[in-house]
Amino acid sequence: MTDSLIPWDAEGNLDVLTFDLESETFALEAAQVQEILDLLPETGVPGAHPLVGSVVNFRGKIIPLADLRMAFGMQAAETTLESRIVVIEMAVEGEPIQMGIRADSVHEVAALNRGASEAAPAVGMRWRRDYVRGLVRRPEGVIVLPDLNAIFSSVLGGGVPSMPSITH
Amino acid sequence: MSSNDPVAAFLVEAGDLLDQVEQDLLDLGHNLQDSDLINAVFRGLHTLKGSGAMFGFEALAAFTHHCESAFDRVRKGKAAATAELVEAILAAKDHMAVLLDPAAPKGDAAGEAILDRLRAIMDDEGAGPAAAAPVVEAPAKPAGTGWHLRFYLPGEAMVNGLNPLGLIDELRELGEARVAVLRDRLPPLDQFDPTQCYFGWDVTLRGDIDRDAIDDVFMFVIDDMELALEPLAAEPEEAPAQIVVEAAPVVASPAQAASPSAPAVAKDRPTENVRVPAERLDELMDRVGELVIAQSRLSQIAQGSAHAALRSVSEDIERLSSELRDTMMVLRMVPVSTLFGRFRRLVHDLAHETGKTIELITEGESTELDKTVIERLADPMIHLIRNSCDHGLETADDRLAAGKLAAGILRLRAQQSGGEVIISIQDDGKGLDRDRIRAKAEGNGLIQPGQVLSDPELYQLIFQPGFSTAAQVTNLSGRGVGMDVVKRTIESLRGTIDIASKPGEGSTISLRIPLTLAIIEGLLVRVGEGHYVIPLAAVEECLELSLEEDLRSRGRSFITLRDRLVPFLRLREMFATGTKPDVFQKIVVISTGSGERVGLVVDQIVGSYQTVIKSMSTLHRDVSTFSGATILGDGSVALILDIAQLITIGQQQEERLRAAG
Repeated sequence: MTDSLIPWDAEGNLDVLTFDLESETFALEAAQVQEILDLLPETGVPGAHPLVGSVVNFRGKIIPLADLRMAFGMQAAETTLESRIVVIEMAVEGEPIQMGIRADSVHEVAALNRGASEAAPAVGMRWRRDYVRGLVRRPEGVIVLPDLNAIFSSVLGGGVPSMPSITH
Repeated sequence: MSSNDPVAAFLVEAGDLLDQVEQDLLDLGHNLQDSDLINAVFRGLHTLKGSGAMFGFEALAAFTHHCESAFDRVRKGKAAATAELVEAILAAKDHMAVLLDPAAPKGDAAGEAILDRLRAIMDDEGAGPAAAAPVVEAPAKPAGTGWHLRFYLPGEAMVNGLNPLGLIDELRELGEARVAVLRDRLPPLDQFDPTQCYFGWDVTLRGDIDRDAIDDVFMFVIDDMELALEPLAAEPEEAPAQIVVEAAPVVASPAQAASPSAPAVAKDRPTENVRVPAERLDELMDRVGELVIAQSRLSQIAQGSAHAALRSVSEDIERLSSELRDTMMVLRMVPVSTLFGRFRRLVHDLAHETGKTIELITEGESTELDKTVIERLADPMIHLIRNSCDHGLETADDRLAAGKLAAGILRLRAQQSGGEVIISIQDDGKGLDRDRIRAKAEGNGLIQPGQVLSDPELYQLIFQPGFSTAAQVTNLSGRGVGMDVVKRTIESLRGTIDIASKPGEGSTISLRIPLTLAIIEGLLVRVGEGHYVIPLAAVEECLELSLEEDLRSRGRSFITLRDRLVPFLRLREMFATGTKPDVFQKIVVISTGSGERVGLVVDQIVGSYQTVIKSMSTLHRDVSTFSGATILGDGSVALILDIAQLITIGQQQEERLRAAG
């Protein structure tokens, strides 16, 4: 992927919020982030795409809760005291919608630099390449910039598993 | 669009004015002699011209001026109202709407063509049958005497730019007038608003004056003002009350004492209306919804507390919030007449285009529906009406041959029935062609040749995508695109469509629509660990699923209910909750739109529950089992079941299961 998907500013910087899922560190653009919440009671939506398998009540609005683990081939995990929900707003089919993103723990708002970023490599990555906008090297490790548009368009564009069949 | 923008406000008002003029014209088309309607049209055009010029719509003002002049002549009896004139002004009204639209291309040609047509009509009419003037229904004027008037102008008359002195001068022109000011409505000084008109006038007019001439003076305020008018008695000199200034409100002049028995033209003061953008109402509704949720959390806490004062406050808030919600619901309701009104012009135009005679009858126009619902019903109804006029109703010749009246009847009816409004579109045309629908459906592979279908099942086929039996495609009704869209729209309103039809006698299409989209009466149930809401309108009864029936029903999911077999679905399995069933499972028996009954097995019935519906996010739009979600008292979310979809999916699952053996 080219890094043109990443909205670097004139100086080649980008403010992001970093968070962990399993052993990876991901980053969301700080401009998208609205709020970081402690865990809320979740309601599972039977038949929904596993990526957005539940909804939560965010101040009277019912918003989907997305688990990016499902997009990056990770196992679902128990929540911990560190677990948080990051509420973001993003445009889906031209309409701004709010959604929650699960995080095992939330770190900080950091400035990433274009000079340290690389496109997702063609080999050596077990994730779908179009789900990654870029990788940014930092002393503590590599930060993954996920492509939320690509990830959620897979939810919208069919390929959704049908209702689970009757179990006996 | 800012609501403070005067031009925007004018545009809204002008739109309403044009709608009103259109309605009056259509009425006038049926009753060409009605002088009230002629005056109403004239007033509408006059106001439009005046305010159009004020807000810089010069082209509109100039154009409207010609139409107004034409109607002025009709009003004064110099020309007769004819069907051609009504048609021409209707066309002119459409052109005015174009002139109002800043985005529309302005071509003078269209306007000129209309004006030419108008001039031609007026020239024809000018000399001829104009003598057949409107019937004068006013009491025969007592020759040579005159009139005694008492009138109060609406309070805001001067704010609206009316000069009372101008009216009085006009009255003076009619004959010798003695004018007295009535001060009895003058408020104490501390309540005095200098922009309001508090005075009334008492006028004695002498001379041979036509009653209509007086009405003309007050033409633009007559709906809002109070006017008492009586012919002068033969010996008018006995009225000593007409001193120039009346003393005090308590002094009742003989004229005043007589006035209750006088023929009063005064009308009730109109109730005041406030225009509010629909989004603000929606926002308010959201807030009220949140308040209701917060209140139910509060009442849970209060009930668990021994604090008496807290409990009492909580009860007050409960009462207030439920009243607030009811008030809010009423605010959003608008009468169906706002919807039906739009179809008069449609039917009028359809009749012209098809060359058929169509009479539109509307009933139950005062039935109220949520504003959002009304808005979304407009398009599907236009489609259904077009279908009825185009395919249902026959031409006059065919109708006469079939022994019917030449004029086809299209009946729109609205009635409330419980939490639903039923809107029906009925025509007395030739009815749906069963054989052709069947042939078409077999041709499309929708049904097997020879498959046995009941009439309602067969008629439902016309809602399949791409289904059209019209042998001829006309530009009026769709080309087989549309009926499926109609059905989808109605279903998105949580409504259903029923069709009844008799060959040769016509068809009736009934839309059953819930009163509101915002709130739903539901039955709250628990399945596994999740809570779900079943729309109460669909629930027939609740039963317990006994253990032996549960075990017995492994192979077949049926229970016997009053000698009828009722199939059931286990929601726990459909939702793959992975939990063990409760010992005492319950069955909620629901009836589907088509009258079938199906049981839903749940773990627990929590109770009935009135809830505010929230829509699901775009990311969940493929989950058709749920029509929305709601927030429960503890802040958690419950999903609202979409019954029709749920049953369809249940059937698919079972078929898959059977196929797998």
